Amino acid sequence: MTLVVLESADDELSRQALTLGESLGQARTVTIEGPYAPAAWAAAIVEAAQGDDIVGPGSDRGNEVLAHVAAQLDLPLAANVTDVRGDELTRIRWGGTLLEEARLHSDRRLMTAAPFAFAPSNSLLQAQVLAPNLDGAVAVVDHVAPDTGGKVSLADAKVVVSGGRGVGSAEGFAILEELAALLDAAVGCSRVVTSAGWRPHSDQVGQTGTKVSPDLYIACGISGATQHIAGCKGAKALLAINADREATIFAHADYAVIGDLHEIVPAITAELRKAKGA
Amino acid sequence: MRILCCVKRVPITGGRMVLTADAQAIETKHLGFTISPHEECGVEEAVRIVEAGGGEVVVLTLGPEEAAEQIRDCMAIGADRGIHLVSSEEWDAQGTAAAIADAIRADSENTGPFDLIVMGNESADAGGYQVGIRVAYALGLPVVTGLKGLAVDGGRARCEQEAPGGRDVYDVALPAVVTVKEGLNLPRYPSVPAKLRAKSKPLDARAVDRPASQLEKLRLVVPEGSRKQAEILGEGREAAPRVVEVLQQLGVA
Repeated sequence: MTLVVLESADDELSRQALTLGESLGQARTVTIEGPYAPAAWAAAIVEAAQGDDIVGPGSDRGNEVLAHVAAQLDLPLAANVTDVRGDELTRIRWGGTLLEEARLHSDRRLMTAAPFAFAPSNSLLQAQVLAPNLDGAVAVVDHVAPDTGGKVSLADAKVVVSGGRGVGSAEGFAILEELAALLDAAVGCSRVVTSAGWRPHSDQVGQTGTKVSPDLYIACGISGATQHIAGCKGAKALLAINADREATIFAHADYAVIGDLHEIVPAITAELRKAKGA
Repeated sequence: MRILCCVKRVPITGGRMVLTADAQAIETKHLGFTISPHEECGVEEAVRIVEAGGGEVVVLTLGPEEAAEQIRDCMAIGADRGIHLVSSEEWDAQGTAAAIADAIRADSENTGPFDLIVMGNESADAGGYQVGIRVAYALGLPVVTGLKGLAVDGGRARCEQEAPGGRDVYDVALPAVVTVKEGLNLPRYPSVPAKLRAKSKPLDARAVDRPASQLEKLRLVVPEGSRKQAEILGEGREAAPRVVEVLQQLGVA
């Protein structure tokens, strides 16, 4: 039997984890009630699982709770798995830009499902609800939300206008802001840009920044390092604007414009205004 | 405050993943190396805490001989001394956590307990999401992961964990283990005098033997089918009308 941990019955990544769980054997599901307390939640899962395999979603919480489960049981954990073949599996490394084939040396399998590696399961669920013992547990005591000033967030935006080293300066982002405002888009950037202090880290798209999945990602002056691709490969379409026709970003792009973004971006903004009759 | 930070040496991968002939590693002949990004912020945070309130920052790494470079880099931004567990092999998460916990225990016996142990939320390369948590269990300490905010005061730590729509807040008693994410702060660039001073700071290096891996890497694979053939919409500003057509086709303009 496989115990599948769901964040909630309608959570997309949890449904994907259920598909992985069902591929390992007969699956049953649990959800957890009350304030988030990773160690206490894990203890409740360990108790409910008895000797079964345990699978969770490859979300921040899924990976965290399963790591607590693994530490409590002193068993190996394979995080972000994309495929299982008996005791062999494939999992992602480097934010999904590299894969690892590995062997799990354990009679009991603990793993999380890499986001978007599995189709969500449509099984009707009757999840067992666990109530962890929170006595003395490390638990969430408050939640703070950033002031976005009414702007669409990077993670939720349908369009992202993103800049890299080629933008050249903090001030250089003004033309990207202008285009973004017309498209109701969020502005993003690459790691080089945040390291240089041109934009805050909350704007960073990448393996160590925000992972985005907009309808369109416009990459301006971004070379296409794997660190960045790990954050934007979920985009449905990618338009790259780059002066270097050999730039790696073009190998990940659906549409390409070659040339200086400082000319091209304002020209697109002007053309868009014309089209909108503004 | 006495703070121990764990860091990992990783290659700067650039635009394309190229593997060694045996598919056991990334071909690094033409690559530079760095500290895994989350951990660089961890060291910066530790140094800021000690600059403000006094104490010591110790950096620990498990890695090849060359990983001494990354310890020296941490010393150049303010760490006081280093512990280098030398091994050229790749260790799985359980083995790594056990070796780190053993080294922390041994150091604590000689120099006193650490108030805070700072690790990355996940390494840039292996991305196992578990070493920090396993170290906490091995040492019997509480752990909070994925921090984007940390404030230490009066034997407690207020921890802000990145969460959908904002941050979850925890309040934990020290000593504790925390794992951090890039964006916690903007790490400083070391000055030239700081780099020179780093060369003479104490570094304790000793060889360690890798236990059998419970999650055993068999081989690495570069994912297929990620290469696309982009439609070229034009060159320079003359491309703008065609770009707007595409935006309209995609339904975003």
